[in-house]
Amino acid sequence: MTVLERYEPLVDDFEAFLAACERPLPAAVRVNTIKTTVERAMRALDEADIAYERADWHPGLFRLPEDQPGANWPYVHGWLHGQEEVSAVPATVLDPAPGERVWDACAAPGSKTTQLAAIMDDAGRVVATDNNIGRISALRSNAERLGVTNVAITHEDARNHSLKPFGVSESHSEARRTQSDTGEGYDRALVDVPCSCEGTIRKNPDTLDEWSLEHVEGIAGAQKGILRRAVQVTRPGGTVVYSTCTFAPEENEEVLDYVLAEEGGFRVVDFDLPLDAVPGVTEWQGREYDGQVANAKRIYPHHNDTGGFFCAKLEVSE
Amino acid sequence: MNDSHRFDRLPATADEREVEGRATREEVLTWWEDRFGVDPAVFADYTFWERGSGKVWALRGAEPTPVDIEGLGITFMRTRQEHWKPTLTAVQRFGGHATANVVHLTREQAATFMAGEDQEHDWDGDWGYLVVTADVAGEPEPLGVGLYVYGELRSQVPKGRRRDL
Repeated sequence: MTVLERYEPLVDDFEAFLAACERPLPAAVRVNTIKTTVERAMRALDEADIAYERADWHPGLFRLPEDQPGANWPYVHGWLHGQEEVSAVPATVLDPAPGERVWDACAAPGSKTTQLAAIMDDAGRVVATDNNIGRISALRSNAERLGVTNVAITHEDARNHSLKPFGVSESHSEARRTQSDTGEGYDRALVDVPCSCEGTIRKNPDTLDEWSLEHVEGIAGAQKGILRRAVQVTRPGGTVVYSTCTFAPEENEEVLDYVLAEEGGFRVVDFDLPLDAVPGVTEWQGREYDGQVANAKRIYPHHNDTGGFFCAKLEVSE
Repeated sequence: MNDSHRFDRLPATADEREVEGRATREEVLTWWEDRFGVDPAVFADYTFWERGSGKVWALRGAEPTPVDIEGLGITFMRTRQEHWKPTLTAVQRFGGHATANVVHLTREQAATFMAGEDQEHDWDGDWGYLVVTADVAGEPEPLGVGLYVYGELRSQVPKGRRRDL
């Protein structure tokens, strides 16, 4: 728990925080409303004799205290998808509408991609990008199992995401990566970046074994590049959600602060979240951040008995 | 020529076909109607694409053709062979609209099917690919594709989708 001790100045009731981090989390599933309704999924769980507890903040999320998702009838029909409770937060905050064009910048293995598609009633377009071909295979298989028909999957580094992979005939054309890239922007973008995953310790107790400040700072560089690209490709008035499953301000508020200063063109806005959360921090280890980052939300494990999470909502300037 | 690495939209009709052997949208809709009784209106919002030889994908909405990416909607069916074949993904997504060549299994038979095993089955309908359904939450729900031949229902569930239930 030595890594977590660095957050003692940020966290209220630090003992409760540490104790929560040591308690395992039950498996959780999200109902795939592309294929069924929450009511039918509950009937199927009852029929299969699988105990579940409904998350009080989201009607389609269930904790499974005694089971793992995967080997039951509602799962093979694609009615359920294993997804940790707080991982359902960013897509609900992005809140896309049917018919919109949405970019999921770091999409694999697809829990949030498929959730976005479901929120959109599988209409409109979700462009799901990942830079790892093996993880794209997992993304494709999840999207198929859940029957998502509005997704387009691209293999590229999100920092260089092209708006024009569609209609370009030569594969890997250099023309895709140039300034002439003036394709239509997205209505919304989800930037759920790779991170040091401190908030997932309740699911993966080994997460912090290889933690290093160098890794945190290195990955923060990639996070900044991805968020910048997301702001660039989102239309004026559009929405970007930035999220991580980690506590490190270097990967959270500091990324927002950096992109505000270097890229600009957006505001960090307040939003409602039906979970207990605290504001983003505006100061960390002697550094001060733009006051807007206080509109972001930190979800700690002891607040709602979940994993840890960070989520910020950005509004791109008109 | 069919470029097997990118998605090319299916031509609307044979008159518009430029790539030899490529299925047309009209043929795809007719096949689903003839084989499974699925009303073509079910697919009104969808475009169909070929990537790989005879692999057809279904996308909600449209994009300009061709598209050079890793995935576009769902895998939908296989053409360019004697018997066209729907995918499990397509049958789970659209098989609820099927009114012909649908075989309903008991829970035990469905478990055998999902495990990837063949089973004897009384079926006096057509031989060939069938939509396999089983009850879940009190109503029939499409589960996958079966191949009925010689008194036997052969499970077509791909290895990665098989489960012991």
